[in-house]
Amino acid sequence: MKILVPVKRVPDPATTIRVLPDGTGIATDNIKWVINPFDEIAVEEALRIKEKQGSGEIILLSIGQQSWQEQLRTGLAMGADRAILVRADTALDTLAIARVIAQVATNEKPELVIIGKQAIDDDSNQVGQMIAETLGWPQATFASKVEFAGDKCTVVREVDGGLETLAFALPAVISTDLRLNEPRYASLPGIMKARKKPLAEIPVESLGVELAPKLKIRTLKAPEKRQAGRKLGSVQELVEVLHSEAKVI
Amino acid sequence: MGDVIVFAEHKNGHFPKTTLVAVNAGLELAQKRGASCIALITGEGIDGPAAEIARYGVSKVIALEDARLAHYLADATAQAIVGVAQRIGAETVLATATAIGKDVMPRVAARLNAPMASEIVTINEDGTFVRPMYAGNVLATVELDGPVRVVTVRATAFDAAKAGDSAAPVEKIGAELDTGSLKMEFVGFNEIKSDRPQLSEARIVVSGGRGLRSGENFKTVLEPLVDEIGAAMGASRAAVDAGFVPNDLQVGQTGKVVAPELYVAVGISGAIQHLAGMKDSKTIVAINKDEEAPIFSVADYGLVADLFKAVPEMTEELKKVKHS
Repeated sequence: MKILVPVKRVPDPATTIRVLPDGTGIATDNIKWVINPFDEIAVEEALRIKEKQGSGEIILLSIGQQSWQEQLRTGLAMGADRAILVRADTALDTLAIARVIAQVATNEKPELVIIGKQAIDDDSNQVGQMIAETLGWPQATFASKVEFAGDKCTVVREVDGGLETLAFALPAVISTDLRLNEPRYASLPGIMKARKKPLAEIPVESLGVELAPKLKIRTLKAPEKRQAGRKLGSVQELVEVLHSEAKVI
Repeated sequence: MGDVIVFAEHKNGHFPKTTLVAVNAGLELAQKRGASCIALITGEGIDGPAAEIARYGVSKVIALEDARLAHYLADATAQAIVGVAQRIGAETVLATATAIGKDVMPRVAARLNAPMASEIVTINEDGTFVRPMYAGNVLATVELDGPVRVVTVRATAFDAAKAGDSAAPVEKIGAELDTGSLKMEFVGFNEIKSDRPQLSEARIVVSGGRGLRSGENFKTVLEPLVDEIGAAMGASRAAVDAGFVPNDLQVGQTGKVVAPELYVAVGISGAIQHLAGMKDSKTIVAINKDEEAPIFSVADYGLVADLFKAVPEMTEELKKVKHS
């Protein structure tokens, strides 16, 4: 199966995020950049599907600057076959990103697009669904289990109050939830091999999709910090203040 | 012009609080735009819920009655919503960021060629919205350009709409669906049954973290406390990752966002990803044996203690309070 896995470069989740004083962005010094953790789960799932089926091709796709090559190389070291970096030096909104990915999918003709359910920087949780609608494909977001029988795909999804099972024929878009799998680390031979794997660069303008952002960020600010309260000496004291002071029980 | 359509999600004919929150946010937005707020419901046999949602202050209810919408599926529902949005020339299509809202609204946005803002927490007078990013460490003021736009609202950021005495008219119409393009099939739903309140609706939430050490301990140590105070049970991502409890209980950046009157964090260190899901709770209690744990920086009341002793003790104390 041919699988397209879009990956986003984001700050390491352990990084402390600071807003610049003028509110135009976040401070990017001292940030360690990684593959969006949910996209890493997507890469892992693609690898498992290929391993199980015994054949296939996994193509990674990023939309960004030259430096995004680092995360693509990491994904290649995990085992993906090749990568495409769509060079875009200005920020695109979610709709434009989805259109770019949909256009690459139209050119590459994968049977499956697997993508993280949300990027941990903008927390939008939109792009997978937008790709599916743009291509007119079925979707299964928040996947915790993916299975194939013939050209039919069955996905278990994490939804409010339980697990939902959907089925559809390929091609389709799947977005990953936490418990789908645990991503592997790149092995040393994997890292060596990744250096020689193909990484193509295409300018975003060459794809011929509408790029002008309609979602514009005006300013950023840090939320007000919650003040720490006080430490109590015993369970009795805790229950007492909850009862008589906070009046919540 | 400027009309707001609220996609009113219903479950077994009833509206969860999250839907009433969407209605309230829709009413606020419509009022700020000097426009109308219209509720849209989809499904089969929906006369009852249509009449019910009509009492919540909207100016009209559109009920899309169609067998193909009997069970929610993203592709069909997105088509149905977009059909209505285009017919009435809506300026904003709005829903709460529930599992369904998150699933369908980006499809609606793509189909309308409209920008979308996820999980807004504030509606500004000038038409901009505020939404959290980076696990709630950043608040962004965003502007959505164009004749139509899509938003989901964070359930904890708005109050629920209240029912009034009068009811808006209900317009019942068939859905315009391109059946040939619908490719998704609903196979089944495995409900996690619980007698406890829903996380998103509970007045009290008690969450456990990695400190509980096992799923068994959730049952034997945490659950008696949860049930004693009639709370919903939550968990940190670490506890979910470790397989102690289902993901459905996860509170945090990538799980559910809650803001109950009382949030009790047990054995949770307080990573920023967890804080993102609970720091707007009214009163926060943290029980952790590590006094340096970051959870204490947001807790109103902290208890540095071994949870395996403190939690059963707290359960017993609460029984006394209840009976006194």
